[in-house]
Amino acid sequence: MSRISRRADARRQPAEAGPGADAGPHPLDDDGLATPASDPTGAPAAGVPGAEGTARGDAREPHLVDPEAGPVTGNSPPPPDDIVVDLRDVYKGFGPKKILRGVDMTVERGTSAVVMGGSGTGKSVLTKHVVGLLRPDKGEVWVLGERLDLMDQEQLDQKRTRLGYLFQGGALFDSMTVYENMRFFLDRLTTLDRGEKDDLIMEGLEDVNLPSTRDQYPAELSGGQKKRVGLARTLIMQPDIILYDEPTTGLDPVSVRVVSDLIVKLRDTRGISSISITHDLLAAEIVADRVHFLLDGQIAAAGTLDEVRRSDIPELQEFFKGTDAYGHA
Amino acid sequence: METLPADSLTQRLRDARRSRQSEKILQDKETERKVEERQEEARTSSVPGEEFFAEAGNLFSFVGRFFSRVWRRPYEVRELLTQMDEVGTKSLMLTGVVGFSIGIVLAMQSRGTLARFGAESFLPSMLALSVIKEIGPVLTSLVLAGRLGAGMGAELGSMKVTEQIDALEVAALKPFHYLVVTRVLACVIMFPIMTMLTDFLALAGGYLEAWLSDGMNVRVFIATAFDSLRFADVIVDTMKTSIFGFIVGIVSCYLGYNVRGGTREVGRAAMQSVVVSSLLILISDVVIVRLSIMLFGDISDAA
Ligand SMILES: Nc1ncnc2c1ncn2[C@@H]1O[C@H](COP(=O)(O)OP(=O)(O)OP(=O)(O)O)[C@@H](O)[C@H]1O
Ligand SMILES: [Mg+2]
Repeated sequence: MSRISRRADARRQPAEAGPGADAGPHPLDDDGLATPASDPTGAPAAGVPGAEGTARGDAREPHLVDPEAGPVTGNSPPPPDDIVVDLRDVYKGFGPKKILRGVDMTVERGTSAVVMGGSGTGKSVLTKHVVGLLRPDKGEVWVLGERLDLMDQEQLDQKRTRLGYLFQGGALFDSMTVYENMRFFLDRLTTLDRGEKDDLIMEGLEDVNLPSTRDQYPAELSGGQKKRVGLARTLIMQPDIILYDEPTTGLDPVSVRVVSDLIVKLRDTRGISSISITHDLLAAEIVADRVHFLLDGQIAAAGTLDEVRRSDIPELQEFFKGTDAYGHA
Repeated sequence: METLPADSLTQRLRDARRSRQSEKILQDKETERKVEERQEEARTSSVPGEEFFAEAGNLFSFVGRFFSRVWRRPYEVRELLTQMDEVGTKSLMLTGVVGFSIGIVLAMQSRGTLARFGAESFLPSMLALSVIKEIGPVLTSLVLAGRLGAGMGAELGSMKVTEQIDALEVAALKPFHYLVVTRVLACVIMFPIMTMLTDFLALAGGYLEAWLSDGMNVRVFIATAFDSLRFADVIVDTMKTSIFGFIVGIVSCYLGYNVRGGTREVGRAAMQSVVVSSLLILISDVVIVRLSIMLFGDISDAA
C-alpha cells in the first residue's frame, strides 16, 4: 500500500482559498495574515492593522505572540478550511527513546479517523499532541487552523475548550461521584444554572446508557462503565473534535457497538470530527472513515480500512492476520 | 521406549518443543535488544550525580512555576479552604497528642537534670525555651511532613498515573492552580497555626507535670516561662514553619505531579516525599536558626 498523503494539497490550497493572501506563499508573508483556515469562532478575524511589523515576525517564540492578534500560524501556510487536524512531520522522543519519527496525518472536518498500530508504538503519544498535552520536538501541529505547538498556555486553554479527549482509563476523578465528575466541568467552565446542568448531565449519561450510575463513585464502576462515563463527561462540553483513546477496549461486544455507533452518531448529527485509537476491528469497521496505521514512528499506511488491510507491508499483514473473518466494509 | 510408534501425541509434543525452541530464540533476541537499550541509556547518563542534579534542577523549575502562577487567576479559594481543612483539622489530633505528651515527658526529664544544679525553679523557662524555639516548630513540621507528604505525594501521584491530571489539563481547568498552588498555600498558612497549637499543648502538658509533682501555681509558671522569651524569637521560630510548610507542600506536589509509570512509582513518590521534605526541613532549620542568631542575637541577650 502506498502512503497516501494529502500534505501536498494541504500546502497548495491556502493560496487560492485566501484571496487576500499573496499567491506565492513566501514563508514570511504568511505570518499574521488573515488566514482562510482561521476558525470562525476563534480569535477576532485578523485584519489587525499594523500588527505585521511588530513582534509577530518572531512568532516562533510563543510568548511573543499577542493573544489578540489573530490565529497562531507561525511561518507556514495553514491547511485548507476543511482540514481540522494536520500533523506535519512530527517528531517526539523521550530521552534516548524516539517514539514519533516524522508523522504526517490529516483529518477532514466531520470525519472519523482511526489510528491503529501495535502496543507501545506511540498512538497515545500521537493523539496527546493534538490536544497540546505533549509538544513535538520538531514538526507542526495544526488544529482548527492554528499551530498548537506555538501557542502559550492561555491560547492553548482557549483552544482546548473546543477539544475533548477520552483517556484510556476514563480518567474520572475518584474523589467525586459520577454526577460530581460531570458537574465539575460545567461548574468551572460555564455559568449555566443548576437545572440546566442537571439536564445536561442526565442527557449525557443516557447517551452512554448509564443513568443509574449517577450517584456512584468511580471505584464502584467496572472498567467499561468508567470509560463510558468518561465519554459522557467529554461529550458534555460539546467539543468540535474528540480524541478517543481506545474507547472500546475492554467492553463487551454489545457495548463496543453502542460506543462505536455513538461515535458515528455524533459525527452525523453534530458534525464532530474525531480521532480514535483502537485495536478493535469491529469498532474500526463501524467508526473509520479513514485509517492511519502507525509503525516505527511513522504513518506507514493510510486509507480506508480495506485499503490498509490489503497493504503489503509485512507488519500490517501480521497485524490483520486471521481477521478476514470480519465482513469487509 | 523407543519402540513406541510416532503416534499423534509424540508428534504433538515434538512440535510443541520445536515451537518453544523457536520462541526461546526470539526471546533471547528480545533480551539482547533490551540489554543493548539499557546500555545505551547507561551511556547517556553516566556522569555521576547527574540524575541528582537533574532532579534538583527540575524541582527548582517547579518552584519557579509555583511563584509565577500563584499570583495569577484562577484563585481556587474553595479548594484552598478544603486543603487547609485537610492540613489543619484532620491533623489536629495527631499534632495535639504529640505536643501534649512531649511537654509532659520534657518536664519529667528536665526536672532531674535541673535538680542536680539546684535550678529546679528554671523548669518553666527551660520548657518554654525548648518548646517554643525548637521542639514545637520542628516536631510539628516533621509530624505533618509524615502525614501530609505521604498523603499529597500519593494522591497527586495516583491522579497522574490514572491521567486525571491530564484530563484537567485538556479541559482547560489549570490543574497546577487547582492541585499544587492550593496545597502549597494551605501548608504555608496552616503550619504556623498548627505549631502554635502544639506549643500551647506542650506547655500545658509541662505545666500539668509540674502541678502534679509539686503543685506549681499557674501564674508563677506562666511568669517564669515567658520571662526568658523575646517576642522576636517567638515570631521567628513560629513563622519559620511557613517555610517548612512550603517545603513539604512543594516537594510532595513535585514528586506526585511527576510520577510516571504505575502504582509502585506512586508508593515511591509518597515515601520520597516524606524523606526528602523531612531532610530539607532539618537542613533549612539549621540555616534559619543561624541566620536568626546573626540578625537578632542569641538567647543570652535576653533579660
Ligand atoms: N511522558 C512520557 N515519558 C516517557 N516515555 C513515555 C511518555 N509517554 C509515553 N512514553 C513512552 O512512549 C511509548 C509509547 O507510548 P504510548 O502510550 O503512546 O503507546 P500506545 O501506542 O498508546 O500503546 P497502547 O496501545 O498500549 O496504549 C512507550 O514506550 C512509553 O513508555
Ligand atoms: Mg495508549
